Amino acid sequence: MSETTEKPPGALQLLLNGIFSENPVFRLALSLCPAVAVTTTVANGFILGVAVLAVQVLSSLTVAIARGVIHPRVRIPVYTIIIAVWVSAIDMTLAAFVPALYAQVGLYIKLIVAFAIIISRLEVFASRQPLVPSFWDAMGMGLGFMLALMVIGALREVLGAGAFFGIPLFKTKPLLFFALPAGGFFSIALLMAFFNVLERKLTGGTSKPAAGGHHG
Amino acid sequence: MSDTTQQFVLSPGPHLHTEESTSKIMWWVNGSLAPAALWGVFVFGLGALAVIVAAIAGSVLTEYAAQRVMGRRPTLGDGSAVCTGLLMALTVSPNLIWWQAFLGGVFAIALGKMIFGGLGFNLFNPALLGRAFLMATFPLQMTSGWAAPRPWFGAPLDAVTTATPLAVLKEQGLEAAIRLVQSPVGLWNALALGFRPGSIGEVSLVLIALGAGILLARRIITLAIPLSVIAGLLLSTLHTGLPVLHLMSGGLWLGAFYMATDYVTSPSVTRAQIVFGLMIGVLTGIIRVYGGYPEGICYAILIANSMAPALDLWFKPKRAAIAGSPS
Repeated sequence: MSETTEKPPGALQLLLNGIFSENPVFRLALSLCPAVAVTTTVANGFILGVAVLAVQVLSSLTVAIARGVIHPRVRIPVYTIIIAVWVSAIDMTLAAFVPALYAQVGLYIKLIVAFAIIISRLEVFASRQPLVPSFWDAMGMGLGFMLALMVIGALREVLGAGAFFGIPLFKTKPLLFFALPAGGFFSIALLMAFFNVLERKLTGGTSKPAAGGHHG
Repeated sequence: MSDTTQQFVLSPGPHLHTEESTSKIMWWVNGSLAPAALWGVFVFGLGALAVIVAAIAGSVLTEYAAQRVMGRRPTLGDGSAVCTGLLMALTVSPNLIWWQAFLGGVFAIALGKMIFGGLGFNLFNPALLGRAFLMATFPLQMTSGWAAPRPWFGAPLDAVTTATPLAVLKEQGLEAAIRLVQSPVGLWNALALGFRPGSIGEVSLVLIALGAGILLARRIITLAIPLSVIAGLLLSTLHTGLPVLHLMSGGLWLGAFYMATDYVTSPSVTRAQIVFGLMIGVLTGIIRVYGGYPEGICYAILIANSMAPALDLWFKPKRAAIAGSPS
C-alpha cells in the first residue's frame, strides 16, 4: 500500500502498480473466491474483469468526489451503498447487452458488492486522494484484476477444455482437472508462485511475498 | 574454555544409531510391493507394465528436475520417488495410457512433495494425491471399462466383466456381485487370488498380505494404523450386513498397510495413530456406502492426512515433570 498520502505517484506508476506489483489476485491475494469460481474460460474471466473494472473506477471516482462529506464513522456502509449502486447499474447493463455471457457469470456480478478488492481500494486510496490519482489507481486495480482473471482463465481453458476463447485447440480435453474447482485453486497457486518468483528476480530478492489472503 | 587437551567429545543426541535408514526402508517397501506389481502385470498384461514404468519414470524424473531447480543434492537413490510412483501405479486402473500415468507421477512429486520442501515435509501422501489427480483428470479411463484379466489361466474367466466387485456391489447389490463370479466361493477366490477387474496392484489380497507381512516382520510398519483402519471400516459397514466383503477389497489393504502408514503423513504417537486409523476406516465406509465412489480409501486417507499434525499435538505424551519445575 502507498504509505505517503501527501504526494501521490504519477498516473503510469499507479496503473502499473495495480497490474504488476500490487496485482489484486496474485500479489494482494484479494477476491480469490471469484478468481477460482468464474475462471473456467477466458471469456468468463474477461466479462467479470470488465464488470469489476467498471465498478472499481466508478466507485473510486464517486468516493473521491464525495470524500469531504462522508462521515468517517459511517464510511464503510456508505462505501457499500456506493458500490451497490454501481454494481446494480453494471448488472442491468450486462444483462441487457450480453445475455449469453451474463447467464454464466451473473451470480458473481451481483457479488461484486462484497469483493474485498473494491472496498479496500476505496478505504486505502480513494478516500484519501484526489480525483485524478484515484481514477488511475482504480484503473490499475481493475485492469490488474481483469488481466489476472484472463490469465487464470486462459490457463484453465487451454489445459482443461483444450480451447481458447471458445475456439477448440485440440480434439480432446487434455487435463480435465484444470476445469474443476480444485484445478482452479492449483492454477492460482501456481501462477501466484510464478509471479512471486518473477517479482523476486526483477527486484533483486528484496520484495516480500504476497500478503495473506482476505477472502471475499 | 582453555587450551587443555580435549578429553571428552560432547555432542547432542541421539548417540545410538540403528542400521535402518530412509533408503533402506524405502527399498524394502518397494521390494515388498514387487509381488503384487508383478501379479498385476501378469493378470492385466503389458499395458499395466507400461503404466507402472511410466508412473515411476514420471516421479523419478520430476524429483530429479525439482532438486536441480531447487539447488539441492539429488536424492534419487533413497527410493522414495520410486516408491511414490510404484504405489500410485498400483492404485490406478490398468486402462490408463502410459503418458497419463507419467503425468500422475509428475503431479504427485511436484505438487504433492517437492513444493512442500521434499521428503519429510509433505502434508499429504504424494502417491494418493497423484491418484486423486488422475481420477479428476481422466475419469473415463480411471473408472469405466475396467480391463478384464487376461486369459492366461483358465478358471475364473467366465467372471470377466467390466466393473470391479465393489462397483457392482455399490450399484447393483450383493446378488450381482456374487453373480459376477457365479458363486460366493468364486467371489472369495477372485478377491483373494486376483483374477478380477480392479486396479493394477489391488487384485490379489494374498500378495498384498505377503508384502505387508514382510514390512511387519522388518518392523518397518506397526499394526496400530492398519488394524484401526480395518476396525473403523468394520464399524461403519456393519449395518450393511456385508462388512467382510468390504474387507476383501485389495484397495483397503494397500491403503491400510502402505499408504496410511507413510511415516511423513501419519501421526507418530500410538494413541494418535489409532484415532487416525479409525478415522480412515470410518470415512472409507461412509464413502463406500453413502458416497459417490465404490472405493473411498484414497480420499479417506487424504482427509485424515490433513489431521495428522493436529492428532500428534492432541495426543502428545505428557512429560513426567511437575508443571513449573525447572526442565
